[in-house]
Amino acid sequence: MSYESLQIIWFILIAVLWIGFFFLEGFDFGVGMLLPFLGKKDEERRAIINSIGSVWDGNEVWLLTAGGATFAAFPEWYATMFSGFYLALFLLLVGLIIRGISFEYRSKDAAPAWRNRFDWMIAIGSFMAALLLGAAFANLARGVPINADKMFTGNLFTLLNPYGLLGGLTTVAIFLLHGANFLGLKLEGELRERVNTFAKKLWIGATVLYIAFGIYTYIAGFWARGFIDPGIAPIAAVAALLGAGYFINQKMEGWAFIMVALNIVLTQVTFFSMTFPNVMLSTTNPAYSLTIYNASSSQYTLGVMSIVALIFVPIVLAYQGWTYYMFRQRISTDKKTLVY
Amino acid sequence: MDPILLSRLQFGLTTIYHWLFVPLTLGMGWYVAFFQTRYYQTKDETWRKMAKFWGKLFLINFAIGVVTGIVQEFQFGMNWSEYSRYVGDIFGAPLAVEALMAFFLESTFLGIWIFGEGRISDKAHLASIWLAAIGSNLSALWILLANGFMQAPPANSFVYNEANGRLELVNFFALIGNPKGWIFFWHTISDGVAMAAFLILAVSAYHIARKQNLDFFKRSFNIAAVSGLIAGVLIFLGGHTMGQYMAEVQPMKLAALEAIWETEQPASFSVLTIGDLSGKKEVWSLRIPYAMSFLACNNFTCEVKGVNELQAQYEQEFGPGDYIPLMVVTYWTFRIMMAFGLAMIAITAYFVWANMRGDITTAKWMKWAPWILVLPYLANASGWILTEMGRQPWIVYGLLKVEDAVSPNLTNVDLLISLIGYTAVYGSLAVSMVYLMKKYAIAGPDAAMHESVDVAPAIVGSQD
Repeated sequence: MSYESLQIIWFILIAVLWIGFFFLEGFDFGVGMLLPFLGKKDEERRAIINSIGSVWDGNEVWLLTAGGATFAAFPEWYATMFSGFYLALFLLLVGLIIRGISFEYRSKDAAPAWRNRFDWMIAIGSFMAALLLGAAFANLARGVPINADKMFTGNLFTLLNPYGLLGGLTTVAIFLLHGANFLGLKLEGELRERVNTFAKKLWIGATVLYIAFGIYTYIAGFWARGFIDPGIAPIAAVAALLGAGYFINQKMEGWAFIMVALNIVLTQVTFFSMTFPNVMLSTTNPAYSLTIYNASSSQYTLGVMSIVALIFVPIVLAYQGWTYYMFRQRISTDKKTLVY
Repeated sequence: MDPILLSRLQFGLTTIYHWLFVPLTLGMGWYVAFFQTRYYQTKDETWRKMAKFWGKLFLINFAIGVVTGIVQEFQFGMNWSEYSRYVGDIFGAPLAVEALMAFFLESTFLGIWIFGEGRISDKAHLASIWLAAIGSNLSALWILLANGFMQAPPANSFVYNEANGRLELVNFFALIGNPKGWIFFWHTISDGVAMAAFLILAVSAYHIARKQNLDFFKRSFNIAAVSGLIAGVLIFLGGHTMGQYMAEVQPMKLAALEAIWETEQPASFSVLTIGDLSGKKEVWSLRIPYAMSFLACNNFTCEVKGVNELQAQYEQEFGPGDYIPLMVVTYWTFRIMMAFGLAMIAITAYFVWANMRGDITTAKWMKWAPWILVLPYLANASGWILTEMGRQPWIVYGLLKVEDAVSPNLTNVDLLISLIGYTAVYGSLAVSMVYLMKKYAIAGPDAAMHESVDVAPAIVGSQD
């Protein structure tokens, strides 16, 4: 296969990994942020945690794989982005650490103060992760200062511009909605009613922020600076979000979940197509941008990694899908059935 | 302050910390899988309780290994961007394979194992713990192959590309067939088993000394003593093989950990050497003749190169500079690792022998036995410090120095924030982890059948 087609394939593959991550871990983050607000009693909180208990760690591996694949396929991208977004990534890691540990530790002690502390660590960690990932992607869309040596020349405050912050908040809002829809599918009884009421309010906030973010993107001219016009993807993303509002009101939980999931997927599709073939756009000078051509690994490495991906990605998808099928039943607040 | 030093401190801190938890994850998975298999075969309730109880301690420990592992993968890019650019074409591949092949397997099937009991068939539940154990040990393989490239890059696996100034992979099979990585892997997975064996021994001894759940803990103790002894011997053989391979590919590291200043033939083994304050000159030393030659090449008379000759040779090859690792660190971590590792073999051998001779439950030493748990922890930390400090000043042996690998855009403020932040977060994680481990270990097997145990009656809370 030609060098260029391998570079394109790996760009697509990394986009797929991020899309998978945002789709899957998106509802985990949402569930985590909703936890202390939605669960009033201890067993309610346990039911909420149990709804993602068996899958959150597997979902997070999508992020690790996206990171590892970026390192292997586009080392310059990995090096510039990870060192450039240093403090933001540090905070993201802190968020992921405090929430990951809390799922496992939270119910292993009965003291209410212990449990409450870990519940808030789940919520705060999930919020930090969602906010920072959203802000990071918004900044990638906007462009960041990169010099001729492929080095990021800004700092944390460069990323905290209005567009980045709006992107972060929009991501938080969408993930909250996604999490509420997921819980609507997984919980039962009073808790299910409560989360469905939550979803209605969350939908309004998410939709307002999402549309504002879309308009900002368009007006500021961050739109389609690469080769590919995202076409109807962004329009379809908005339509899916509006559709979700309808299904939430109709209490059609399955469709509501699918619509927000579609919105997340299509938003990412829009992002990656308007970026291509850049992977990091330089605001200092467009000529300094990192692209799939100047940031990639050698043809040999991309070829080897393609074979590895061809073998393992289908296997992973098969057993992860099987897990969701296996644990498809709703979670009750009956203590005998709760694990975490 | 020096940003390179801060990045190194942070890498050292986060890696040693991560490494305190990982060996137990690697080894304990096998034990839990084994206990559950015995239950599946015999339907003996004690085996089921063993899988549950040791499984609970496994999970409390596992969680920290997972969350600190994310930091490990990210900080190559965050703190060592020039390293990532220089070797990403090669080094990124095993990391990506690790995530695809091992992390997914481990995390998905561990989730199935935790939540699957009673929901899926016993056979599928049993398979899930085996797959999780295989997944975590596979991740060790890939990261050690990656580390093996940093320690001893196989010459036929890469070329230097002058056009973009980086190393590029030309032979994937040479990369994954690197003997260094495989010797590491052998040393490491047997170390995982020994680590888990020592936790089982220590906790079992605590309960045996108090005559609690004797059937359960005697069975655990005996299995751990025998398997711990076998694992200890395998670690030693792996380490010995590593020493010989080191003589070939990292002679400086070998000379530094042995404090051999001048080339010797035959070489003597230093039992105790005292250096001057710089750690780079010998003041006094006690040595066993011929022993070092044997350790380095299984032959009592071969030549072992000394630090001074190697320094001169490297200066010629790579230009002026200091090519000697900090000898006070390599020398002493090697001795701590060796002494504790040998003590672990002796202790498990004694346990096996004592158990064959008679009833161990009345043994006087039993109440002191839980303290053996410090041995594997200190040996593990020393071994890791030795292997990483011994490669200094190189980040990729003979190809790239640590000082040229650091991210140039990071300021001291950035680094201090993250260094202090990680220290605070990791410190509080350790407090919670030790608290839970102690609580569940002391509470015994019955408490492990539920998610939460309320062992402190003063605590008001739900009892479930």
